[in-house]
Amino acid sequence: MKSQVIGYYSTPFGELWNKSLFDLTTEAVMGVLKNSDLEKNQIDAVFFGNMLGGILENNLHAGAKIADLLDISMPIFRVEGACASGGMAFHLAHSYITSGKGKTVLVVGAEKMTDVNTDQIIQGLMSAASGEEQECGLTFPGLYALMAREYLRKYSYTREHLASVSVKNHTHAALNPLAQFKNQITIENVLTSSSVADPLGVLDCSPVSDGASAVVITSDSNLMKKHKGITILATEIATDSISLLRRDSLTEIRATQEAASKAFSTAHIAPQDISIAEVHDCFSIAELLAMEDLGFWKKGEAGKQALQFESQREKGMLTVNTSGGLKAAGHPVGATGVKQIGEVYLQLTHQAGARQIKCDNTTFGLTHNVGGSGGTAVVSLFGV
Amino acid sequence: MKSGIMSLGYYVPRQRVRVADIAEVWGKRSHEIERSLGVTEKAVATAAEDSLTMAYESSNMALAHIQTKIDMLLFGTESPPYAVNPASTILGELLGIGNQYLAYDTQFACKAATGALISALGMVDSGSISGALVVASDKATGKPHDALEYTAASGSVSVVVGVTDCIYQVEAWESYSSDTPDFWRREGIKYPSHGGRFTGKPSYFKHIQGSVLTLLSKTGYKASDFDHVVFHMPNGKFPVQIAKQLGFSNEQLYHSLVVKELGNSYTASALMGLVAVSDVVLPGKRILLASYGSGAGSDAFVLRATKHITNRRPQFNTVFKNKIYIEYPEYLKSMRII
Repeated sequence: MKSQVIGYYSTPFGELWNKSLFDLTTEAVMGVLKNSDLEKNQIDAVFFGNMLGGILENNLHAGAKIADLLDISMPIFRVEGACASGGMAFHLAHSYITSGKGKTVLVVGAEKMTDVNTDQIIQGLMSAASGEEQECGLTFPGLYALMAREYLRKYSYTREHLASVSVKNHTHAALNPLAQFKNQITIENVLTSSSVADPLGVLDCSPVSDGASAVVITSDSNLMKKHKGITILATEIATDSISLLRRDSLTEIRATQEAASKAFSTAHIAPQDISIAEVHDCFSIAELLAMEDLGFWKKGEAGKQALQFESQREKGMLTVNTSGGLKAAGHPVGATGVKQIGEVYLQLTHQAGARQIKCDNTTFGLTHNVGGSGGTAVVSLFGV
Repeated sequence: MKSGIMSLGYYVPRQRVRVADIAEVWGKRSHEIERSLGVTEKAVATAAEDSLTMAYESSNMALAHIQTKIDMLLFGTESPPYAVNPASTILGELLGIGNQYLAYDTQFACKAATGALISALGMVDSGSISGALVVASDKATGKPHDALEYTAASGSVSVVVGVTDCIYQVEAWESYSSDTPDFWRREGIKYPSHGGRFTGKPSYFKHIQGSVLTLLSKTGYKASDFDHVVFHMPNGKFPVQIAKQLGFSNEQLYHSLVVKELGNSYTASALMGLVAVSDVVLPGKRILLASYGSGAGSDAFVLRATKHITNRRPQFNTVFKNKIYIEYPEYLKSMRII
């Protein structure tokens, strides 16, 4: 069954001190309905991606809260998969449509992270790691630093190779008016930024952010005719051990590999067919691993390719993270996976403004959303 | 206003603890901490000192050459020796100013004393009293391993308000307040809590902009009409950033920026910057002073130095360099943490 993304809206990402989780959610929902020229009663269900509302705000039963705010009574599902919550919500919404339960579904991802202190947010995020990792005091920067150290050792790379990811993504974010950081940075800036978990500095890490993003998916042929949409070719989820300890390799994310393999197989296209990708760069090392695990670059070559800025806009055949990625556009965890899909939608429908890349009817897009240190991965493929 | 500042007194304890030494205890890279905060060391009162003893020292200095009756004594602090029992009356007794005076302690985080200063100026201006002593004194502390531990410092400034022979005329003031809980300490809790990055844009920057921009609008002055500008100094970066946002240059800010070597003495912080500027300001020149207090609010003043400033320089820039360094364990003892 053909289904399309026909509308997108996102709040700015950043430190939005005067907006609550449900202020952001409401803004995104109302925004996407307006952008899609839809009324609430044309929506059959809502899928809400959110990770931390229950932990940080004691704010669960989000479906009923959203129903109250929007004065609606349709099914509303809260989806939680750590930083992949948004991507998972999209996947389930698509499944809801393909199962025939509904024709037009709204996906909204939102997160409110800046209302609590650093200790609380770190502790909250670590709920997405294994008990052993939590007990021994590891944090996500620490977990990804372990992967980075092994990657640098294995392929004789340096911190410059990691840093080039952040530099490229800040360059892209400078063209995104909704990005949290619109400043360009240099490799030197990254190398001299305060250390978080060696070899990762502050500028290797995505920030703590507030924000919400929403898309509308439909299989209604009338709506698809009416709107400029992008076709969902595949959306796949794979999982792996939550703990790094039980992984065969520290330099591969198996969940990404499996989700990508299934998605490409379903869509009958190959990695080299992709021109635009939003990849999960929660830390600079994460984008390098993703580029290899998604099949864009050969194993062990991502560092070299990144340092040559091969995935920067107007550089190669594939442009990665035109939004600025998690690093520079911001990372409100529940919203990220939805924003990634929205960015591909904007690019493939020529609505990306100053950061628009060249697209035509043969252009394909990919989104890649990861939960935790790789315990969950969602890969979705799109065409026009 | 006919009322003004007759004199300033100050007290900075000799003890200093280096930010690098604190960072080393917690396994942090000291140069990164120093760079991010813009602070290299801070002043630390001894275990035998508190906000009251420091207030006595600064007040003695402020009153040393002043001939005015003190009809009001206001004590601004967020580290009072007693939760209940005024520090202002103990100080009045120690200073021997008699009993015919109005006394009370004020509380508004780091701007408790500048708010009191506005009250004192108004009381003198109205003719209700002839002179007032306003004190800003803190022995500030942060929880070990909290970001505040690097900057929370000790110090005291006393201000005598009157009408004759003032060193500063107060041309105008403005205050900006809102319910913004960026930093707080509940009754019975030893260490303050804070909202991390929330203490910046929606708090410090918003409130100082709120007071200063309105003050400039009311007076018609531009940033270039001031020779010096003084801001509350929670760290070495915020005052530089707010100065830039408001159109002031690094040169206008330079002489007040004592936080790098003294840390943040809370209620005394902005006034300590004024003391430092008082060593160099020329008669007739204007100073813009803006405090910030969490919770939150900012008081801004336009001050104009008179000819009397030349005879009453505080010699601050010589005195505060008289220091001894202590190690981290001695710092903990001084703060009565151990």
